[in-house]
Amino acid sequence: MGFSGFFHRRRQDAELARELEAHIVHETDENVAAGMSPDEARRQAYLKLGSRSRVREDVWEQNTFSFFDDLWRDFRYTLRVLRRNPGFSLLAILCLTLGIGSTAAVFSWMEGIALRPFPAVAHQDRMVAVSATKPGGDAKGTVGFGYTDASWPDWLDFQRSCTLFDAFIVDRITGSTLNIGDRAQTVTGSVVSSNYFDALGIHPILGRGFQPGEDSGRNAHPVVIISYWLWKDYFRSDPQIVGKTQLLNNVPHTIVGVAPDGFYGTFVGYAMQFWVPVSMQETFVPGGYKLEDRGAEWIEGYALLKPGVTIEQAQHEISAVAKRLENDYLATNRGRGVQLNPLWRTPFNQAGNLFPTLEIALAVGLLVLLIACANVSSLLMVKSLSRRHEMTVRVALGSGRARLVKQLLMEGLVLSTIAAGCGLLVGYFCRNALILIFSDPGTTRSLGGQMDWRVFLWSAAACLLSTVVFALAPAFQTGKFNLASALKSESGSVFGGHGKSRVRSAFVIIQICLSFVLLVGAVLLVQSLHRIRTANPGFDTDNVLVSGVNLRSAGYDAQRAKTFQDALLDRVRALGSVESAAFARARPFSYVGYLSSSISVEGYLPAPNQRPEAEYNPVSPGYFSTMGIPLLSGRDFTVSDNETAPLVAIVNEKMVSQYWHGADPVGKRFQAKDQWIRVIGVAKDALYSSFKEAPKSFYYVPFRQNFSINANLHIRTSRNPASLAPDLTREVRALDASLAPYEVVTMREHILRTALSSQNIAVALVTAFGALALLLAAIGLYGVMAYSVTQSKRELGLRMALGASARNVLRLVFRHGLTLTAIGVVLGAVAAFILTRLVNSLLYNVSARDPLAFFLALAVMTAAALAASFVPAWRATRIDPVGALRD
Amino acid sequence: MPKNRAAAAQEMLQGTLDMLVLQTLILGPAHGHTIAHVIEHASEDVLQVEQGSLYPALHRLAERGWIRGYWGISENNRKAKYYELTPKGRKQLLAETGRWQQLVKAIGRVLARATE
Repeated sequence: MGFSGFFHRRRQDAELARELEAHIVHETDENVAAGMSPDEARRQAYLKLGSRSRVREDVWEQNTFSFFDDLWRDFRYTLRVLRRNPGFSLLAILCLTLGIGSTAAVFSWMEGIALRPFPAVAHQDRMVAVSATKPGGDAKGTVGFGYTDASWPDWLDFQRSCTLFDAFIVDRITGSTLNIGDRAQTVTGSVVSSNYFDALGIHPILGRGFQPGEDSGRNAHPVVIISYWLWKDYFRSDPQIVGKTQLLNNVPHTIVGVAPDGFYGTFVGYAMQFWVPVSMQETFVPGGYKLEDRGAEWIEGYALLKPGVTIEQAQHEISAVAKRLENDYLATNRGRGVQLNPLWRTPFNQAGNLFPTLEIALAVGLLVLLIACANVSSLLMVKSLSRRHEMTVRVALGSGRARLVKQLLMEGLVLSTIAAGCGLLVGYFCRNALILIFSDPGTTRSLGGQMDWRVFLWSAAACLLSTVVFALAPAFQTGKFNLASALKSESGSVFGGHGKSRVRSAFVIIQICLSFVLLVGAVLLVQSLHRIRTANPGFDTDNVLVSGVNLRSAGYDAQRAKTFQDALLDRVRALGSVESAAFARARPFSYVGYLSSSISVEGYLPAPNQRPEAEYNPVSPGYFSTMGIPLLSGRDFTVSDNETAPLVAIVNEKMVSQYWHGADPVGKRFQAKDQWIRVIGVAKDALYSSFKEAPKSFYYVPFRQNFSINANLHIRTSRNPASLAPDLTREVRALDASLAPYEVVTMREHILRTALSSQNIAVALVTAFGALALLLAAIGLYGVMAYSVTQSKRELGLRMALGASARNVLRLVFRHGLTLTAIGVVLGAVAAFILTRLVNSLLYNVSARDPLAFFLALAVMTAAALAASFVPAWRATRIDPVGALRD
Repeated sequence: MPKNRAAAAQEMLQGTLDMLVLQTLILGPAHGHTIAHVIEHASEDVLQVEQGSLYPALHRLAERGWIRGYWGISENNRKAKYYELTPKGRKQLLAETGRWQQLVKAIGRVLARATE
């Protein structure tokens, strides 16, 4: 028969039923005509026709389209079986949902953050990150691949000389301040090349993109394209917005366009709110005019490869160009190269930071999936053993072994398909969960996961894979049934020793082993996070609050700013419970970092290839006492270290040991930016940019000798941010009613926000997954123990009848559970010993083989094992010996 | 699907029944009840049609396109499903009949020798 028959058979069947009914009627008529009573006539008609349902079955059978039909029958049978064991089905689906869901979520994050982070952008598969390299120089970046920025003249040369590229686009992060309510808020933006929107295929919903001419001319094109969010929230969806002006960093900019909804720029981790052309560099990137300076490194960006060009080919070509530039411009380009990276290794945004963490998360997610599979597998096996009678009868009735295996696989497939569906839902709801882990609200809008066909494909693969993994083992186990012995009434002995429980035990051991690995990892990461949170970065983090006022975007010049800052400091110091306050140009651990300069130290001869450099921070008097950084020698800055006084600096210990060989440098001199600076003090080393940095040379200069209109206010106080913020706002308003301070946070909060994101994610994920794994393993152990007790009722009853006490029985059952646990833990410890090295990059001050972590994991695992064994053990003691033996 | 011996035997009988049904329908459309009766009468009640196997046969023939079914009103004014022969069925009947007669002849010769 054909497909149509297969799909319409229900209708055909109904028609056949009517046809048979008609036959009965005719036969009855005939019988009546022959003289029977109506009832008898009808009875005889039925008798003659025989079983109508058999006729229908025969027709059905002969219309069989056997492959699909068997499948369909298995499917319906499976649904029936699953519905008849709702507890089992729900548990299995739950376990698999957790497994598949966690991998789907992690995968959607990888997709949304690292692999295809810019959903609105056309051709992001052809995008590569472009950064410069410079051996020996202080490389930026915290994740192993150091990089520096490129210069605009170099960038233009790349664009001119490279043939394998469609476009080079500049995307340099910057910021400006807008007053939103009574709080000043930094909005993040980008300095971009004029081809930015065209190359990315982004079409503004209002106005236009940038025009080619807007790349050139010093500050010549104060135009801005604003984000959809800024337009909607800040400008209240003003339809006439194009052509209006907005003050950005004290320069009036004409709004020429509004970007479409869903386009957050191309900087993973930050949602851009505005874009300005390269010609406005001087306004947005500190350090003066750089467009004509080949030595000025400030450009980060991307390139679009031509279709079909591999990143290696492109790298080859651009390296050759860089080599030529090095030869042509030796003074500025010595040793400078170019590095192309795929988006997931982008060094200058969060992608590069997060990818290793996400890899770990994926591995951990897979472990959870594996544990879930082992769990369902043992559940399935327990169930298939209790269905042994059914299976055996089916084998006896001629069911092929292949059919039985097919049936088990079908059960597995149905379970895991349902679970994959639920898992995708879980993944969908968790796709934005990463944002919750980041505490910084303003910057993370673009860190969402993405559910696309790749994630679906992944989940489908996970589903199939897990089916094969968890369904095949019991299927083979079932395949080994010995008809004769199985048909005999079974009286399994589980505790007595050997038997068929070995495979099930193996599954439990695998689960315990894997979850032990995860537990160790989780404990390590939690320990590490704890160490970081309590680590001493070399300055006080609890009693220091930071805020600031953006005077630059309010149009202050240096003179007005100085007056304002002095007045504000006086007012803040006068507030209750404020011990001291000071300004500094940069906060520690900020993305917008310190200034840096090449230095030459009097009496120090650098090695031929060495170009001594150090970062520095301009700070006002009182900064060291406010921050709690001890001065080891010399004196603090005073108000008389001002513009007219000789230049002075306070250096850190590392600088002392590096350039003065440990001798007290007070009174000595060094040169920076062609000016001699006298050392007046030595400050204790601190951490400046990250918890994992090596000690580095660093110095401080008086704020007035290196003035900046914008500054961060550091306040030493015992008050909390919430109580201080209103006072600060009041004082700022008293000085200038149009101003508002930035959010007041503790130094600790500031550090946690900016420095800990990847650690936070890793800890949250591994801990959550570890807990999941523990739960699954406990469920698995419980299942096996409970089943063992049920199966060995007779044996236990016999033992009790022979005089075993409840305590003996309890011990017997517990011993079984703990033996399994012990084996699992030992294997897990070995695995963990090898595997924890993988999280080494995330650990701070914790050895990957920290004994405490192993011990804690062991304790937790043992507790879970005891808990899981308790109920079955208790039930075992309640077995009625007589009843059990009679059964 | 693998076929066991019983099924094969059934197949042979089915083939015979199929031929008889087709032969019946050469006289004109008829419904299942009539077909059963006609076969029984024509064979002078030698061949008792098991009504239970008639309907699967009818459906099988319809499925192969040899007969075509439609609903109509029977001689006693009742609804019934009628079947009629299709051209394809007519050709099939001729072929089957020829083959059957050859078979019968062959068997007859064998049996004749046996009785000699």
